[in-house]
Amino acid sequence: MLTILIAILLPFVGAALIPLLYKRLRRVTHLGWFVLSVPLLLFLLLIRYIPQVAKGKTFIHTYEWIPSFNINFTTYLDGLSMIFGLLITGVGSLVILYSIFYLSTKESLHHFYCYLLLFMGAMLGVVFSDNLMVLYTFWELTSVSSFLLIAYWHHRKASRAGAKKAMIITVFGGLSMLAGFLMLYVASNTFSIRDIVANVEVIRDHALFTPALILILLGAFTKSAQFPFHIWLPDAMEAPTPVSAYLHSATMVKAGIYLVARFSPVFGGEAIWFWLVSTIGLVTLFWGSFNAVRQTDLKALLAYSTVSQLGLIMSLFGLGSVGHYYGYAESSIIYTQASFAALFHLVNHSTFKGALFMMVGIVDHEVGTRDIRRLGGLMAFMPVTFTIAVIGSLSMAGLPPFNGFLSKEMFFAAVLAIRDVEAFTIADMGLLFPIIAWVASVFTFVYSMILISRTFLGKLQPEKLDKKLHEAPFGMLISPLILCLFVVGIFFFPNILGHYILEPAMASIYPTFPTAGELTPHIHAWHGILSPELWMTIGVILIGTILFKTLKSWKPLYRIFSQKYTFNTYYNRLLEMSESGSATFTRKYMTGNLTHYFIYIYVFFIALIAGYFIWSDAMVFNFDNDSVVEYYELILVFVMIFAAIWMIFAKGRVTAMLLNGVLGYSIAFFFVIFRAPDLALTQLVVESVTTALFLLCFKYLPDLMPEAPPKKVQWSKAIISIFAGATVTIVGLAVVHYDRFESVAIYFNDSYELAGGSNIVNTILGDFRAFDTMLEVVVLLIAGLGVYTLIKLKPRKEEADHEN
Amino acid sequence: MKINDVILRTVTKAVVFIILTLGVYLFFAGHHAPGGGFIGGLVLASGIVLLYLAYDIETVHKGMPFDFKKVAALGVLLATGTAVGSLFFDVPFLTQTHTYINVPIFGEMGFSTVTIFEAGVALTVVGVVVTIILSISEDE
Repeated sequence: MLTILIAILLPFVGAALIPLLYKRLRRVTHLGWFVLSVPLLLFLLLIRYIPQVAKGKTFIHTYEWIPSFNINFTTYLDGLSMIFGLLITGVGSLVILYSIFYLSTKESLHHFYCYLLLFMGAMLGVVFSDNLMVLYTFWELTSVSSFLLIAYWHHRKASRAGAKKAMIITVFGGLSMLAGFLMLYVASNTFSIRDIVANVEVIRDHALFTPALILILLGAFTKSAQFPFHIWLPDAMEAPTPVSAYLHSATMVKAGIYLVARFSPVFGGEAIWFWLVSTIGLVTLFWGSFNAVRQTDLKALLAYSTVSQLGLIMSLFGLGSVGHYYGYAESSIIYTQASFAALFHLVNHSTFKGALFMMVGIVDHEVGTRDIRRLGGLMAFMPVTFTIAVIGSLSMAGLPPFNGFLSKEMFFAAVLAIRDVEAFTIADMGLLFPIIAWVASVFTFVYSMILISRTFLGKLQPEKLDKKLHEAPFGMLISPLILCLFVVGIFFFPNILGHYILEPAMASIYPTFPTAGELTPHIHAWHGILSPELWMTIGVILIGTILFKTLKSWKPLYRIFSQKYTFNTYYNRLLEMSESGSATFTRKYMTGNLTHYFIYIYVFFIALIAGYFIWSDAMVFNFDNDSVVEYYELILVFVMIFAAIWMIFAKGRVTAMLLNGVLGYSIAFFFVIFRAPDLALTQLVVESVTTALFLLCFKYLPDLMPEAPPKKVQWSKAIISIFAGATVTIVGLAVVHYDRFESVAIYFNDSYELAGGSNIVNTILGDFRAFDTMLEVVVLLIAGLGVYTLIKLKPRKEEADHEN
Repeated sequence: MKINDVILRTVTKAVVFIILTLGVYLFFAGHHAPGGGFIGGLVLASGIVLLYLAYDIETVHKGMPFDFKKVAALGVLLATGTAVGSLFFDVPFLTQTHTYINVPIFGEMGFSTVTIFEAGVALTVVGVVVTIILSISEDE
């Protein structure tokens, strides 16, 4: 099944082509038309597999990537990844179509679409990867591309700040997730998710099982903006609206939910999993909807509403994990329905929230503001946009005849069912679940009403608007209208979706259950006049309407929560503290004084090398086998000692440098005497070149001043120097008899047979240890460029500290 | 650097060719005798530095219109390129190979991919050494 591999790679290929195409296409047409072909093609490709996947078939393709580390590029298409794949490509196509009309050709479109395709490929990689390491790589790539897209209008400070915040929080989660993955690897000895799921019984008893669970959840919660990590999502709304609609409501923020769903067969039966996922989800649901009500920016309102809806889906997966605890039984089917509702709401949320985001984008684009204090009465001018807003909002509020109603009722049913569960001591808190869910739904209803009425109803305020009002161009309306079609269509034909898309996904979440068909309920809109779900919905509408009407009188409640204690302030304070803390720490030792740096280097060197030799008892001297010291060798040694001591007392820099040269050339002599012509040659040339370099550098330095630092400093320098010299000498003597490692010399004897060269030194450099040489060459280049940039590109005085 | 020294210049004219020839010789000799990419590169670089010492930068640049930063980059590209290149022949990273070919006039000669790798090393050394010395000396 190479298709899925191609599906992941195609967006990357597209992104790579954009710089080439951009210049040619620029004058002819909007770049988006080319980009649109990528997700559209992938969507059609995926659709072809729906019938087979619906029959329970899965497709696996393995490309061996780094087999020595168990890292293989395994793509896996099953029901769960199918839902996400369809969302990514489907919503992706609509968003790109929308963006063609949203972004003018004057913007730097090549960046925008390059990042967007990068994201699409990464996101497809996340959902189709079976290997944890590959999944992690793509996971971080989605964070990076999201960062680039949020900061797309990088001249705005808020964009940069929002991008940074999203990056820090999601990458923090990603790293802890990586740690969790590695723990799972230790426990299961495989990176393959399928193998982990298959061997879950063995892994469950491992000591690292629970830490891995928590760390992986941390990754999921940060990515899916769960409380208290939700703070990055509202700030991410600085991105262009198509990006918000795509990444920050339909796809990327659902990656965390995907992770939870994917790992529920592994962790599902655990009490800690149930409690963490369901309560964090419920708290997020409430907190998001509660805060959405007070927003004045339409996009911020939608951001909090997304946070809240993500919490809803998350909590449903938590409730659904009870099904794993009980295992397959007639009575446990009812608990699996929560997971079904989660999947259902996942799709529904993408449709109505995508439409709403696009609607807000249209308002922003055509009217010039998204502030509800300046908006109002747009219905007469923008009837189509108004229709989109009504359909999207009412679906979000959970009203018929829209798909949100169906999944909301199932959500109520799930929280009601959980009251009767005996496991995990749920029973004591059972009543809390439906209450929080209901209260949050009331707030959801209120902000949905705000969204409609403050924007489109009420009085028009033309004096506060800068633009002449008119309906959006047709191209911009296509995408949200298609999504609205789904919102209504799914309400009337929910079971088509349920059977073909959701049922196979249930099989991925509950692999131990024999048939997925049994887990798939027949979705009804009508549960009977006495069903509690219906009365909960009616209650939501009644209380919600009252609260909405009396909004003015209770809105001041929000002011009770002081701005000092929001999570944003904590985040900012933490950031400031870490910045100033590391700055003070760095300033403590980076004094700018060369002497200090030399002290660090030598003390560290002495401590490490001498310390190791003493610790490992390797200081063994044996002079028995040494050859006789010749008189000319002694003469050379005395010359070197003389030069070294004279150097300390030299009056001028040139004298000192020449004496240093004496040392270097003497060493070259030693190499000749000890028959190492390669080393001798190298030493001679290096010595000559460095001497030339020193001569150049000294041109700029003032003459040596006779300086008299305090005695204490001089003594400490002397002691460190003597210790450093002694370490080298002693280690040099001891290493001759060091036999902890096997000698590699014999290996190099065969250099002619193995590497075709009889110069052993060069076969080592170019063949046996060529990897070292290659990296040394790279380091050399970097060092050279470093010197060049330091000297040539240093800022002039007036340009110093010029940033932003 | 403005050193107007007739003796230095006259000597340089003759010596530079000897040094450069020695550099090239050392580079090729490295396979079986002392020498190799690193030493060859260093000797070449020292010859070029000698030229810069004897003449001013503009004059030398007329004779050798290279950007030595690019020379260094080309060297790294060659070195890493041979490393990656081995992957295309389905052998591990950095695998080197050698063969003997009968060349007219010269007789049987050994050819080895290590030579390309070593050429990369030599070019990097030349490029970096000259770049560093030039940038320090040009700094005002």
